[in-house]
Amino acid sequence: MMVLGLASLGQAANDEFDESVAVLRAVGGEGQGNEAAGRALKHLAKGGVDTLPALLAAMDGANPFAANYLRGAVEVIAGDALAKGGELPLVELGEFLLNRSHDTKPRALAFELIRRVDVKAAEQLIPGLLGDPSVDLRREAVARLFGQAEGLVKAGNKPAAVLLYRQALDAARDLDQIQAVAGALRELDRKVNLTRHFGFLVDWQMAGPFHNKDRAGFAAVFGPEKNAALSVTYDGVKGKVKWQPYSTDDEYGMVDFNKPYGDLKEVTGYAQTEFVSLTDRPAELRLGCKNAWKIWLNGELVFERDEYHRGMRIDQYQLPVQLEKGSNTILVKACQNEQVEDWTVQWQFQLRVCDATGTAIHSAAKKNPEVAVK
Amino acid sequence: MKKVLLTFTFAALANGLAAGDWPGFRGPLGNGVSDEVELPIALDAKKHIAWRIDLPGRGLSSPLVVGNRVFVTASGGTRQDRLQILCLNAVDGSVIWQRQFWAMGSTVCHDKTSIAAPTPVTDGKLLFALFSSNDLFCLDLDGNLQWLRGLTVDYPNARNSLGMASSLVLTGGVLVTQVENDSESFTAGLRKENGANLWKLSRPKSSNWTTATVQKTKSGAESVLLQSGKGIHAVNPKTGEVAWHYADGASTIPSSVLAGGVLYVPSHGVTALELADDGKSFKQKWRSSRLRPDTASLLVHRDRVYSLNSAGVLGCGDAASGQRLWQLRLDGPFGGSPVVADNHLYAFNEEGMAQVVDLSAPEGRIAGQMELGEMILCSPAVSNGAIYVRSNERIWKIARKTQL
Repeated sequence: MMVLGLASLGQAANDEFDESVAVLRAVGGEGQGNEAAGRALKHLAKGGVDTLPALLAAMDGANPFAANYLRGAVEVIAGDALAKGGELPLVELGEFLLNRSHDTKPRALAFELIRRVDVKAAEQLIPGLLGDPSVDLRREAVARLFGQAEGLVKAGNKPAAVLLYRQALDAARDLDQIQAVAGALRELDRKVNLTRHFGFLVDWQMAGPFHNKDRAGFAAVFGPEKNAALSVTYDGVKGKVKWQPYSTDDEYGMVDFNKPYGDLKEVTGYAQTEFVSLTDRPAELRLGCKNAWKIWLNGELVFERDEYHRGMRIDQYQLPVQLEKGSNTILVKACQNEQVEDWTVQWQFQLRVCDATGTAIHSAAKKNPEVAVK
Repeated sequence: MKKVLLTFTFAALANGLAAGDWPGFRGPLGNGVSDEVELPIALDAKKHIAWRIDLPGRGLSSPLVVGNRVFVTASGGTRQDRLQILCLNAVDGSVIWQRQFWAMGSTVCHDKTSIAAPTPVTDGKLLFALFSSNDLFCLDLDGNLQWLRGLTVDYPNARNSLGMASSLVLTGGVLVTQVENDSESFTAGLRKENGANLWKLSRPKSSNWTTATVQKTKSGAESVLLQSGKGIHAVNPKTGEVAWHYADGASTIPSSVLAGGVLYVPSHGVTALELADDGKSFKQKWRSSRLRPDTASLLVHRDRVYSLNSAGVLGCGDAASGQRLWQLRLDGPFGGSPVVADNHLYAFNEEGMAQVVDLSAPEGRIAGQMELGEMILCSPAVSNGAIYVRSNERIWKIARKTQL
């Protein structure tokens, strides 16, 4: 009877845990569910450290709000335990980390918790993280390889260093690491093709210029948005406009409208390319652009943004899409505004196709020029 | 420690905060004026740095102080996507608690700024921390998350590739959250209890880094004065309704300051607007093109208005007429707004040099300097006999030895 009673108490606690997690996972946009979430979080945060793996697992598939609420519980439980001189369940956290079926964020959080209490245990895990789906985790392994390669260079063993650098570059997904490794390889007189590493799309067809007087071109629907067939001719700012081939040899895949059209202001340009996918698959279009832009995949608008000259970065915009098996048409619209300052000359974008980790997906139809850029 | 209790202190006390607390951007009234006295003046690193603590990430948000607790935000990680909120012991700088969350919005910004740019705000019971990614977290002062919002998740084009920086303002139980940018531009009034939208007001489609000012009328009514390139909009914080609009433009970087019923606006130099007691109208009092704030926000103290320009020149004008009275060249440039306490102005330049200006001298006088050696872009907090200032790497407490 006593055993049954304890068992039912344990079941009740589990049910309460599950209900609280469900409340957090139900939080929606515009603060929907926040009040209930606050109460549920209060309950979860009272749990012991043995609930940490379950809290991490509850982040699998959770929306960003829920993941952060659950992180709030993890932070309190782990923080309080460590402040009181307690321990964290290292083995369970390690097993969670090593199970790649879990989402990347809670796995990276598990690694952080392990490192917080046992640096050596964390370091022992790092070699296995090369190629991890979590960019944060693989970063650790890339950094380790990079350090080892640097040591080999200092020891005069350049061939071994090159091979380690190659492994590091293959695994690297963060720009700073990629550039550091590429720089080290070039110091050793090895060629590196960053264009291919990132998967920037370099072969395009361009049409323009169309107007963007008073920034109205962003909303205007010009010919390429109605019919983007390469044989079609449109009415542009300076008369008839045709699609013209354009290829960039910029290492970071910069597609520059100023090159074919001159340094124009208050104009709109279009660029399109075909991307051949071997399968139906999820992917990301990653765009960098400091002009107002719109992007379509197979005729469907993916996203649009009317911001001008506020900065540009590789992977500035990460746009999840679904590629179709076979040919996919990517159409980009880029608008240049009226500003005349030196820093507003650019009328350009860079685009790559990759998976959620940032690993390049290459078009099966790519001519593959393999231009090694030194 | 002596304190000169100014009238505004009563407003702070009414909110559950104690005199001496520094609960938000530019202090209890958002004007950069402190009632502290006996702060160090002839600064000396050996004598006046009470403690210095490393931070786990970058930031230019101002520290907050409630009692013996200092709150500061930071952004860490390769992509600045680790949003950090720390609570430090004001006595020795030790970490009382530290919380980290994942950024949900964009963490792209100019290299000089960071994702921890907006200054949090507190009512003495709850802490509200906003980041450039437009992620907003409400915690109690013991670090327990109460609620959160991801405003760029909700409104995907609400972002700025240079970074956002407008600080939160809390008035009448409403958290005024400015998300003003070139695209999906808005300001929202959020319920402080649960973060839900009370109202959402479309704002000019233009980047804006200023922070709102709050007018409390004699009748007890409140107006939130939103500054943008389109001027000043006076908004009812309960409803989001616009009461009046000064439409002659204003800066999008330095913020206005309210003193004695007059709003001093960075507009065509400085424009002084006399606000009606009922909060329903305004009247232009004067305009001076000879006072030109750049990045740092305006200050008004003892009938004088102060502006810092891009060259580091501190201008002093007559608050009643706008007439420029004197200028004093400081070592600039300044990214953070200065503060005033006990008739001394404290300014930290971008190279990390603290400069103290004695405002009682006929044309101002540099009365103290101290090198901290790191880029400082924040506006300092002043509380309980100490100044708190942070860089991308550290936070300092500066105080007289007797008050450590």
